[in-house]
Amino acid sequence: MSISVKNISKSFKTVNAVDDVSFEVKEGELFGLIGPDGAGKTTIFRILTTLLFADKGTATVAGFDVVDDFKEIRNHVGYMPGKFSLYQDLTVEENLTFFATIFGTTIEENYELIKDIYVQIEPFKNRRAGALSGGMKQKLALSCALIHKPKVLFLDEPTTGVDPVSRKEFWEMLKRLQQKGITILVSTPYMDEAALCDRIALIQHGKILQIDDPKEIVKHFPTTIYDIKAANIYKLLLALKEYKHSYSVYPFGEFVHYTDKREDFNPQELQQYLEANNHQNIKIEITKTTIEDTFMELAK
Amino acid sequence: MKNNNVIEVENLTKKFGDFIAVNAITFEVKKGEIFGFLGANGAGKTTAMKMLIGISKPTSGSAKVAGFDVFTNTEDIKKNIGYMSQKFALYDDLTVKENITFFGGIYGLSRKKIEEKRQLLVEELGLQNIVNELVGALPLGWKQKISFSVALLHEPKIVFLDEPTGGVDPITRRQFWEMIYKASNNGTTVFVTTHYMDEAEYCDRVSIMVEGKIEALDSPKKLKEKYNADNMNEVFLKLARG
Repeated sequence: MSISVKNISKSFKTVNAVDDVSFEVKEGELFGLIGPDGAGKTTIFRILTTLLFADKGTATVAGFDVVDDFKEIRNHVGYMPGKFSLYQDLTVEENLTFFATIFGTTIEENYELIKDIYVQIEPFKNRRAGALSGGMKQKLALSCALIHKPKVLFLDEPTTGVDPVSRKEFWEMLKRLQQKGITILVSTPYMDEAALCDRIALIQHGKILQIDDPKEIVKHFPTTIYDIKAANIYKLLLALKEYKHSYSVYPFGEFVHYTDKREDFNPQELQQYLEANNHQNIKIEITKTTIEDTFMELAK
Repeated sequence: MKNNNVIEVENLTKKFGDFIAVNAITFEVKKGEIFGFLGANGAGKTTAMKMLIGISKPTSGSAKVAGFDVFTNTEDIKKNIGYMSQKFALYDDLTVKENITFFGGIYGLSRKKIEEKRQLLVEELGLQNIVNELVGALPLGWKQKISFSVALLHEPKIVFLDEPTGGVDPITRRQFWEMIYKASNNGTTVFVTTHYMDEAEYCDRVSIMVEGKIEALDSPKKLKEKYNADNMNEVFLKLARG
């Protein structure tokens, strides 16, 4: 196992930031921690990168214990925190040289690993890091986290606040790094990115809700979801919530995702109920369960 | 303004020196519509929105917001719109109650009206237990729901939401969108910028800006058909990547 976490807990004053969390990440795996702000993702990253002690539990990274062997871990992991943490008043090249030097290496020695990413910002190598655009800062931070050729890469919300084009490019970079044998633990609040991981853990309020392959995780959803549409979505929402057989009602893009309490649910009946309530252009169709539906059901 | 348009924009342009941040954009938004304003980082969304809310003067073109001209009536625009962004919404070191009172005052509501609105808001959002807590101590989802309500305190014709739900858990996000639907159902126009394409799917119509220009504008359904895409993310990638 590249990362092994056993029953880790961590509280801050009255908040249980991480509550009895266990999971394992295999060597070379791309593993995603998927959850909203405040779920405990950053605390887990800080414990695994030896920046914070857990109150309870044990963890190893690349075979080293996060408490006893913290120095070894620091040599073998790369960490890209959620907040941009490079030196704003050093240039792109100076930042990279700095990180290479403190890890006892040089840019040349591991250039192969970062080449793909670094060539995109190399034209700006004399620009101060503080003056870079968001997408370029992200690429520089990733280069710095990789310059000592880590075995395990920790990426805390690397795509938050980034537009869809840059997000897609970033995930393509991660896939290439994975092919070079690096284990990657990545966190994100965006459920659509979950599908790009080998395995994911859904996390909320410091607890893991489920761990599985992103394709499998939707199978934990207990029932069939219907897409429902009508001319006035707001009134449709209200009507569905009032319907005595409704189990869950959530707006979902142009539709409402609806589940019914009954096992022998007949959409025709619901159609009639909505028609009787003066709804127009009603459409009811079975739809595919998404990771987000699963998350909401588990978090309920 | 025509029919029931609340925003009318024609050839609106903003230059910074030689750089054209917003390049002759033209569109209309109807009363009660939920209008998504999308674009990559640096596409010109923020610059365009700043002109619409009356804090940045256009270089050329014309625009009317809530019936007022963006060149000459910016103060009237500000009185008739609400604004909320993820970056700035409420004061963390004031309580929920103090924030409501403060923003009510800024929008020029009477004390009586503020009190009335506050009670209504507390009831609707179920804030009874947290009304005297500092906003800084509340979870992000609460903050965003409250700040959306605060942006509607003065019953504006249009509310501008700048990336309102980043990082919020999926259930709270849906409660937030229910609030948006409710506002829209009551006739308030909702103008929302986001670069999360799943949010775009909630809008009646969306525009997509690429390098200062509006490259596409239609309902999510029609855009998906036109670009032969399963979702708005694909539509966006096809447009922005060329």
